[in-house]
Amino acid sequence: MDSWKVLLVDDEIEFAAALAERLNLRGMTTTTANNGEDALRCMERDRPQIVVLDLKMPGMGGMELMRLIKQKCPSIPVILLTGQSSSKEGADGLDGGAFDIMVKPVRIEELMQKMREAMGQTRSAISGEKG
Amino acid sequence: MVGSVKSWVQGLFHDLMGFADYGVTEERYRRLRKNMVILGVLGSMLPLLLMAMVNYHQYQKALAAEVMQPLRVLVNKTKHSFELFLAERASAVNFIASAYSFQELADEHTLNRIFRVMKTEFGGFVDLGLIDAAGVQVGYAGPYQLKGKDYADQTWFHEVQVRGTYVSDVFLGYRRFPHFVIAVAHLTDDGRVWYLRATIDTEKFNNLIASMGLEPLTDAFVLNRSWVLQTPSKFYGKVLDVCALNYPPVSYEPNVIETWDQAGNEIFMAYTFFVSPEFVLVVVKPSGELMKTWVTLKSELFILFVASVVVIFLVVFKLTDLMVKRIAESDRKREEAFHGMEYTNKLASIGRLAAGVAHEINNPLAIINEKGGLMKDLIEFSPTFPERDKFMGLAESILQSVERCRTITHRLLGFARRMDVQIEVLDLNELMHEVLGFLEKEALHRNIEIRLLLDEHLPRIASDRGQLQQVFLNIVNNAFQAMNDGGKLTITSWDHDVETVGVIIEDNGVGMSEETLHHIFEPFFTTKKEQGTGLGLSITYGIVKKLGGDIQVQSKEGAGTTFTVYIPKQSKQVVGG
Repeated sequence: MDSWKVLLVDDEIEFAAALAERLNLRGMTTTTANNGEDALRCMERDRPQIVVLDLKMPGMGGMELMRLIKQKCPSIPVILLTGQSSSKEGADGLDGGAFDIMVKPVRIEELMQKMREAMGQTRSAISGEKG
Repeated sequence: MVGSVKSWVQGLFHDLMGFADYGVTEERYRRLRKNMVILGVLGSMLPLLLMAMVNYHQYQKALAAEVMQPLRVLVNKTKHSFELFLAERASAVNFIASAYSFQELADEHTLNRIFRVMKTEFGGFVDLGLIDAAGVQVGYAGPYQLKGKDYADQTWFHEVQVRGTYVSDVFLGYRRFPHFVIAVAHLTDDGRVWYLRATIDTEKFNNLIASMGLEPLTDAFVLNRSWVLQTPSKFYGKVLDVCALNYPPVSYEPNVIETWDQAGNEIFMAYTFFVSPEFVLVVVKPSGELMKTWVTLKSELFILFVASVVVIFLVVFKLTDLMVKRIAESDRKREEAFHGMEYTNKLASIGRLAAGVAHEINNPLAIINEKGGLMKDLIEFSPTFPERDKFMGLAESILQSVERCRTITHRLLGFARRMDVQIEVLDLNELMHEVLGFLEKEALHRNIEIRLLLDEHLPRIASDRGQLQQVFLNIVNNAFQAMNDGGKLTITSWDHDVETVGVIIEDNGVGMSEETLHHIFEPFFTTKKEQGTGLGLSITYGIVKKLGGDIQVQSKEGAGTTFTVYIPKQSKQVVGG
């Protein structure tokens, strides 16, 4: 079973809590943050390997947060979640360095699959760099 | 639950958008046609009628004036001749009365000599008499033995006493032929009065009338104020008969009236009254003769009028017909455009609303999804969970409902999504193969025959591959669902014209009713009950329109459905717009 440190950022506490627990049940170690500032602190503290974040949040939005995360840690994969699919946001998200964008509600299996893909790519990229 | 929400939203949109019937009533055009014909005919007929009437009267007046004027001149001239004749005779008598004394005239020889000279010099004199103040004829020259006759009681004697000069009406008198009398009074220096009386033959009057040179049907005569003929008339009586014509209004100027004679013939009656003697000169001319040209002209005018009326009617009818047809045509076009615009607006508002709804629902839905999922996870990961199967079923049911909601919201978002159009040059035939690739397995499984009649020389087009895929996938998917196992799907592509290519997708499925066909592209309209969102064909329609194309559908219940899609060869959509 894959086991990564995941940072889940969503202003919906209930959503974040439940999804975190589900990810944990599948072997992940998930930290949740409910806003951008929180998320940045968690980045410092927990050093996650992958970030899943909601695009639309009060205060610092998902795009801004992703930019800051990527600044600090360019190689960390980010998967964006959105309540509404828009090609503009999607394109911006992907341009901003997101691995992919998924529309809520997501199937847990799909999210796991996406994470695996993201980690696999990162790993191969890293191993490629190393190699 | 989901179904009822959907039907509620559907109902709301039907109410909001007001699916009005734009049926054009034939009645309206019938009324329009009628009004236009009436207006057109009235508008052109009234002036024509008015003009014809005015012309008719003017012409008649002009023509009558033209006829009347010569008559008036003739009457005037003849009147003058009469007056001259009478004045001449009167002055001759006056001259004798002044030139000779009573004693001289009383001498029979002198009187006879003077009478002879007058007869030869003036003509028309029948006799000459000298009457004394008492009214007794003291001298007489003429064919009769009238010397000594007493005129004291006679009218003419009273008249001449008062007026000095007297001209009598025509009468037969002793001599039994028409004549008249001129009498003058003479006052001597010593205050005595005597009278000279001459009788004149009316033959002279007849000569004057004969000298007018009248046409055969024209009559002329002189009457007195009692309307008794003083000269013979061709048609209206002998001398001294009362004339059968009506008495005209008194006029001392020559006057012409149109009237009828006793036989009912239309006549022009030209006349003038004399001041003294009290005669009336009348010329009668039958108007039929004179107005012959007018009658001819009248019938010609009438024919022209009738012909104009016929032409006007024909033109008005033809023009009206043409105009009403044009109006109907433009009405139809406007309605179509209006309908299309309304449809686009409707799709746009629904899109906005759908996106809002989907977004609002997606967040709580995500929470339900995760909570339900967590419940399921907990049960799954704990083998000793009490009543595991029951709870597992409940959680699974929650997740399935979420899944259904998710399908709907995702489709709503897809419907609302303003995808960037990515134009690339592509082969539509190839694209059709790609689309069919998605459904290959189902076709095989359900034994559906797919016939491809693709134009090998179909030009490549510049359009959006992804969106066209969705368009054709939607249509083919619908066709698959409409067909029973073993159905037949025919796909035809052809080079439609210089600007467009066409694709026909024809199935032999269940077809659609008129009613269904009418609503086929409306959002939320579905015949698939619980399975469909009613957005598929609406999205399809939106994409085709966005790409600058057109989509048409024909269907017959029980026979199948045909979708025809036209795609522009060059996309009208600006890249990235």
